[in-house]
Amino acid sequence: MLLTISTTHKPASDLGFLLMKNPENVHEVSLAFGKATVFFPEADETKCTAALMLDIDPVQLVRGKGRHSGAEDQYVNDRPYAASSLLSVALARMFGTTLSGRSKHRQELAETPIELEAKISPLPVRGNKQIVTQLFEPLGYEVKTSSIALDPIHPDWGDSHYVTLVIRGKHKIADLLNHLYVLVPVLDANKHYYIDDAEIEKLLRKGTGWLEQHPHKDLIAKRYLRFRSLSRAALRRLEDSVEPEPAEEIAKNNEAEEVIEKPIRLNEQRMLSVMAELERSGASSVLDLGCGEGKLLRRLIQHSQFQKILGVEVSPQILAIASDKLKFERMADRQKARIELIQGSLVYRDDRLKGFDAATVIEVIEHMDAERLSAFSDALFGHAQPNIIIMTTPNREFNTLFEGMIEGTMRHSDHRFEWTRQEFKIYADSCCKNYGYSVDFFPIGEVHADHGAPTQMAVFKKIGKSEA
Amino acid sequence: MIEKKEISIPEFSLVLLIGASGTGKSSFAAKHFKPTEVVSSDTARGWVSDDETDQSVTGDAFDLVHAVIEKRLKNRKLTVVDATNVQPNARKSLVALARKWHCLPVGIVFQLPEKLAIERNKQRPDRQFGPGPVKRQMLDLKRSLRGLKREGIRARHILKSVEEIDAVTITRAKLWNDKREECGPFDIIGDVHGCADELETLLTKLGYAVTWKDGEPDITAPEGRKAVFVGDLVDRGPRSPDVLRIAKHMVEKDIALAVVGNHDDKLKRYLDGRNVKQTHGLAETIEQLDDENDEFRQNMSEWLDGLISHYVLDDGKLVVAHAGLKEEMQGRASGAIRSFCMYGETTGETDEYGLPVRYNWAAEYSGRAKVVYGHTPVPEAQWTNGTICIDTGCVFGGKLTALQYPEMELVEVPAEQTYYEPVKPLDVATTADDKDAGKLNIKHVLGKQAIETRDMGIVMVREDESAAALEVMSRFAADPRWLVHLPPTMSPPATSEKEGWLERPEEAFAYYREQGINTVVIEKKHMGSRALITLARDSEVAARRFDVDDGSKGIIVSRTGRRFFPDAEMEKAILDRLDMAMQKAGLWEKLDADWVLWDAEIMPWNLKASGLVNQQYAPVGAAAVAGLSETTALLEAAKQRGVDIADLHAKSSQRLDNAAGYRTAYNHYVGNTASIDDIEIAPFHLLASGDAVHSDKDHLWHMDHAHRLAAADSDLIVATPFHQVDLANDKQVSDAIQWWKNITANGGEGMVVKPLQFVVHGKKGLVQPAIKCRGKEYLRIIYGPDYDMPTNLERLRKRGLGQKRRMALREFALGIEGLHRFVENAPFSHVHQCVFGVLAMESEPVDPRL
Repeated sequence: MLLTISTTHKPASDLGFLLMKNPENVHEVSLAFGKATVFFPEADETKCTAALMLDIDPVQLVRGKGRHSGAEDQYVNDRPYAASSLLSVALARMFGTTLSGRSKHRQELAETPIELEAKISPLPVRGNKQIVTQLFEPLGYEVKTSSIALDPIHPDWGDSHYVTLVIRGKHKIADLLNHLYVLVPVLDANKHYYIDDAEIEKLLRKGTGWLEQHPHKDLIAKRYLRFRSLSRAALRRLEDSVEPEPAEEIAKNNEAEEVIEKPIRLNEQRMLSVMAELERSGASSVLDLGCGEGKLLRRLIQHSQFQKILGVEVSPQILAIASDKLKFERMADRQKARIELIQGSLVYRDDRLKGFDAATVIEVIEHMDAERLSAFSDALFGHAQPNIIIMTTPNREFNTLFEGMIEGTMRHSDHRFEWTRQEFKIYADSCCKNYGYSVDFFPIGEVHADHGAPTQMAVFKKIGKSEA
Repeated sequence: MIEKKEISIPEFSLVLLIGASGTGKSSFAAKHFKPTEVVSSDTARGWVSDDETDQSVTGDAFDLVHAVIEKRLKNRKLTVVDATNVQPNARKSLVALARKWHCLPVGIVFQLPEKLAIERNKQRPDRQFGPGPVKRQMLDLKRSLRGLKREGIRARHILKSVEEIDAVTITRAKLWNDKREECGPFDIIGDVHGCADELETLLTKLGYAVTWKDGEPDITAPEGRKAVFVGDLVDRGPRSPDVLRIAKHMVEKDIALAVVGNHDDKLKRYLDGRNVKQTHGLAETIEQLDDENDEFRQNMSEWLDGLISHYVLDDGKLVVAHAGLKEEMQGRASGAIRSFCMYGETTGETDEYGLPVRYNWAAEYSGRAKVVYGHTPVPEAQWTNGTICIDTGCVFGGKLTALQYPEMELVEVPAEQTYYEPVKPLDVATTADDKDAGKLNIKHVLGKQAIETRDMGIVMVREDESAAALEVMSRFAADPRWLVHLPPTMSPPATSEKEGWLERPEEAFAYYREQGINTVVIEKKHMGSRALITLARDSEVAARRFDVDDGSKGIIVSRTGRRFFPDAEMEKAILDRLDMAMQKAGLWEKLDADWVLWDAEIMPWNLKASGLVNQQYAPVGAAAVAGLSETTALLEAAKQRGVDIADLHAKSSQRLDNAAGYRTAYNHYVGNTASIDDIEIAPFHLLASGDAVHSDKDHLWHMDHAHRLAAADSDLIVATPFHQVDLANDKQVSDAIQWWKNITANGGEGMVVKPLQFVVHGKKGLVQPAIKCRGKEYLRIIYGPDYDMPTNLERLRKRGLGQKRRMALREFALGIEGLHRFVENAPFSHVHQCVFGVLAMESEPVDPRL
């Protein structure tokens, strides 16, 4: 991976003084992850270019990584080749003095904006490539990006997410380096180390004088500091992606001021509907199947009506998050006695799930392959047999009303199916017939005359059981 | 002086020592029982308080005592309760525990003179509580004695003196149902219901010689065989007395066993003069008995009275009971068990025919023993979870069925006529229960699991491994009913010491030599994805074998049990082609099978791994080439300018070449995936077919069958090139290495080395079933473009294979075990456990590059 800094300021060879590196020599420093080298491919009076080359040790990189994530870990990755936060580390080590605005022999020049050009290749850009321009242009650069093909043998594969970036403008050398120091990791969301308080300090220091005024400072801070843990990544799989993804945050931020009152989000409406139904049923023991990180459980525990609450989740990681979010450790004994979290599966019979008044299955069935539904119905309706079952799932008919949703796609990459109201009814009716339940359907969210509501809810009642 | 006092107790019983403090219970327990068999309240007091005499902790101590007893009884272990047990309440909870676990309670009462007990306590420094407690205990005991039987302690032994106590010897009696030493072979015969004609025909068909003389039968059995009657010999049919004669004769001649059926029991009660309703065919039997004399009736009453509820046979591997038997009741004794054996369990409801709705114990059965039973007429005898009902309704015009054990073959004789009209038609008899079959319960997979395999003994699955696998199995796997096997992971050879190489075949050969293996087979490793192809002859066979109902006749899954082809049409098209190839190759006939399981590689690789190519390999290639070409050019410029940078330039050029090599390497794996014409399948193991697991065949056999299949449809199916290599023959070994070099030089992935035999036990136990030798260029994809630069390679050599190899063996043993269990009609949960175990092992954090 390569960064070049050039100037056409005269005499151009002063760049060596500004960077405190003799253009005729090769300069090397060792870093934890490899070696950084600076050399000058050209250095005359009219143009001078310094090149910073990073030689990242791929073996060390893999060794250093935690091995907890198992086979899905990316053991061959682009870190040795692409610009990343490792570049920032190298910049700080190689040009520390320059970054701080000082120069031993050319202090005056260091404080003067001069014609500078920086080129990075390859620079990874997650999300919309517009963001590169949006980040550098407000700082007074002319920005040029050229895309890099994924594989020239396969033109149909299109471009990779790397670009060659050239920025040009009249700047103090220290400003250019600071901009790069902060913005390169922002573009590559894949930070190589976890953030802590020191990291925040670092950002504030390097951003002094320009970050405060930057129109996208929130985005910069957020992405620079992004904490990406395994559990978080796992968690996101189950999150509703109807809401915008982080990549579109710029647009959202722009509108933020205009939208004074935050509309009640779909998820919130779902929870309200389900809670209302549970309260009305008089149920005192509730089973939350596929409880995720415990959104519903946190509401249930607030109501003394619910004396026995069992959250069931199949993923051990998500279960751990749910436990954290419920603050199990600090929960009062009385509350703790009412709630339990267990790992369980919706497609196995489970004796622990028997004997509950009500069960909720909120936005869960669509994450299950259709061929497993019969096992699910058997385990829930046939084996656990709660008196009341509240089930919600997306209404596919409504998808056409979502802006930006491509025809034929689903709301979440993990959805195995999304049902029309009729399809949901067919499934629900067969459960009623096979297991002796009755069912009523309710819309959740704004109801459209033709397409119905975004979410559909079914409330099943075991025949022969009156409401508790 | 008393010479000898023998006390006989059932070998599975709960023995209550009853007596005041100081009457010698603990010494008695220590003398006659193993220390682990004795649960003592004093010891429990010590555990919770460090003081065996601390009465203030009695509550906690007894909680412990009960908990230990409960676990022991659950595990069918004789248990002795060393406490005073003089109060009815104390005994009541113990008897309840015994009842719960179908264990016989036995009381041994120590009724010594009060003075003696008080004196003894005085001698013991830790029993200085004075005479008060002993006096109270003596009084309680006296009051209790008469009540013991009423409390459920039928077997009582009272010891009244020190001499008598000293004279005791204890013998342990086997339970009547325990015939584990009888290993067959058996001919287990379904409900006869007075159909003597059919019974005679069936016996003859089974090889028994049946003759009658003066109205009495004389029957001889084929060498070593024994018949087992599942009960309901009588009622409804035309010749109930003769059936009784035959059965009694055979049992007394020790060529048959018989368990009691509900009709047999009812007849016995009638013969005893009890008032029973003459319904369900009893009236017919009574009429037939009118022709018999009193002696016959008396004999039969006695004989029927001696019939046992169930038998545990063949080392615990076979259980015969009239209405079947749950696992937790097998080999135990109680009224509840006798009742279950005769009637089964009912839900308390009745169906539309007015018959009681039966609780379907077989649907949830997951015991080790096969259970053979009758009672409920079914149209065809069929295995469910390792259980089979062989009452095929002969008296209702069906047939009389025998199951030959251990052959597991059914022998049938059709009814000569319908002797009795069934209340509900035969063919609907079971449909109500069928929905429970094949349903999995989470308790069979969650938590720590110990799975017994025939090739490796017990394989433990850790709790965290099961937890990880549960998610994968629940959210991503195909319907588990299809998953009867998963393949093991495959280890590479030890690292090569040759300069510039990480992996070579020499080390693989060396491994097998060390294991004492002389002949190996080398097979080309295809550049595809592992797949398991399950194919039945038609959807009916699939439905019967796999209990699936989606109308498909097979499935193709990945090595982690996920559907290989998300596109159902594509999968169906491929299965149809494979079926045609099986037909054309004559393999269905040759194997005499109605289903097969092929282990195969499916190409192209990006069919499954396009995400990996587009999101990992190609981006790495793009970044590497883009960065390094720019860098190399600038280094060149600096070099031209006279900067001393030649070394860096050379290195950068080399890395640019490596990056290009990396791109070439992954591109070998990329092909079109749009249509069936782009797909190739290379089968290499024919794992199972019909009722056979082919792990007993060598790899030449497997290759032969795979090649036959390939020849029948060479457009779709690839014949895997292979050679047999004699490891003692240097020429053959060097040829094999050259073969590998040729494959990998052309961009091929490498080869797989296998011992000639499928399953091999070497000096240190099970031997790796296969070792993969990957090519130098292919490894670039795995270890990175620059992996073979000297400084990198040197460090990469330090890779540990131990864990990978242990995993491979355990997965191999589990996978093969799953197949065996499947073809042996084991409970489905037992098959699933093995497959689940393989998946659980895969969650182990092992270097993914191995």
